[in-house]
Amino acid sequence: MDRTILHCDMNNFYASVECMLNPKLKGHPVAVGGDVENRHGIILAKNYEAKKFGIQTGEALWQAKQKCRNLIIVPPHYEEYLKYSRLAHSIYEDYTDLIEPYGMDEVWLDITGSTKLFGNGEKVANELRERIKFELGLTISVGVSFCKVFAKLGSDLKKPDAVTVIPKDSFREVIWNLPASDLLGVGRSTDKFLSSHGIHTIGELANAYPDLIQRKLGKNGMMLLAFANGKDRSRVAPQDYEPPMKSVGHGITTVQDLENNAEVWNIILALTQDIGHKLRVYNKNAAGVAIYIRYIQDKQLGGKQWQCQLPVRTHSAAIIAREAYQLFERSYRWEFPIRSVTVRAINLCSQDLPEQLQFFSDAAAVERKEKLETVIEEIRGRFGKYAIQPACLCQDIKMPTDREVELRMPTGMIG
Amino acid sequence: MNQPQQFRKVYVEVQLTVSPEGDVRPNTIKFEDGTVYAIDRLRHRCRAHATKVGGTGVRYTVVIRGQETYLFEDDGKWFVEARGNVGC
Repeated sequence: MDRTILHCDMNNFYASVECMLNPKLKGHPVAVGGDVENRHGIILAKNYEAKKFGIQTGEALWQAKQKCRNLIIVPPHYEEYLKYSRLAHSIYEDYTDLIEPYGMDEVWLDITGSTKLFGNGEKVANELRERIKFELGLTISVGVSFCKVFAKLGSDLKKPDAVTVIPKDSFREVIWNLPASDLLGVGRSTDKFLSSHGIHTIGELANAYPDLIQRKLGKNGMMLLAFANGKDRSRVAPQDYEPPMKSVGHGITTVQDLENNAEVWNIILALTQDIGHKLRVYNKNAAGVAIYIRYIQDKQLGGKQWQCQLPVRTHSAAIIAREAYQLFERSYRWEFPIRSVTVRAINLCSQDLPEQLQFFSDAAAVERKEKLETVIEEIRGRFGKYAIQPACLCQDIKMPTDREVELRMPTGMIG
Repeated sequence: MNQPQQFRKVYVEVQLTVSPEGDVRPNTIKFEDGTVYAIDRLRHRCRAHATKVGGTGVRYTVVIRGQETYLFEDDGKWFVEARGNVGC
């Protein structure tokens, strides 16, 4: 049976919420900008008026100001964005329980089971569009199709406040002439590869030699080929679906560039305090650690990533910090000062899972550290996060001020 | 030239009646200057965007002294769309 999948995309979400909350901003070029003092001074979102001046998401605030002198830059209000995202979800819930979020502002809905109750996909899409406009004062673009990938493609075709239907029997005419980069999963490097082989449109991708795609792009390439031919079978996750946790990470952009190992150690230690806490909360042990370092190279942001295995699985912040630092020390060559550091605990497994001990690794020492950190955790639980901490973190370590709201990044069930 | 009418969001004190079933009915509104307005009729209730002052909430369409107006409830706080720019 054919499915009816909707993809709803809230247009210029952050900027739209700001304009909706403050009607005086309407009609003016408005952008939501990060905190300049914490060196997040980039455009996070912009409205259509700002877009007309060529302002792009991700560019520096001063560059945006050069393009549009009257640009109004407002600070982000994440609590409000979360609130309006939640309110939109409660509207979607009136139509289905198969709701899969893709970030804060996008969502897939599988309404196959409720079309007899509410009408076909296009009717429901229009109803959703009208309701969100009336109830929340925001606009959405909706793509209606028989699979998730085409629904997403549809929501990108007409913006803002529009519905695009990509039917099963005529999808080739509608989308095969579009650029291959419009397809979900075709990023910059895949697009470059496809272009170099004369594949510029989705139709050309659909008719490409599978051998070539398999050889050059592997499993993901074959998935893209299936997508282009309308053979995406991925489900829309139920509303209460929690994707399995694969890693716990924490990263920051420092207020000034880091210039030596000691400064990086302080940052790594500070980041792992939170990682250790989260691993405890989720009852997980890490079997590996990954670090991601970003720096400015020729005025462009560059980055490098490394990872290694831990000798013994652990949730100890101190051990994860030490391993991450040793990995950094043997990998980074200090060609450029460092702008941002991210540490991730990877290869997670339950703390209750038995482990085969190695002859040369000191599991007893790891256990001692974990017991010590249990006490530290209890003290923090009673007296606050900063009641007890490593002495080297009591000085100014170039850390930005805490962000109050925790954001969940997009998860997808594609493929 | 006529200036467009300005509106501002004014949070107000509201006296409510809550039925045993949980239905909420606003009875009076105390405006920021202390004036108390009795709500004569409650016409309609729905979730809606406050088009004049921004934000959203459960919108109560009420009649006060023969005039129809909106009263919003958002996260437990109540507000009205008041005319004028004073104190904005």
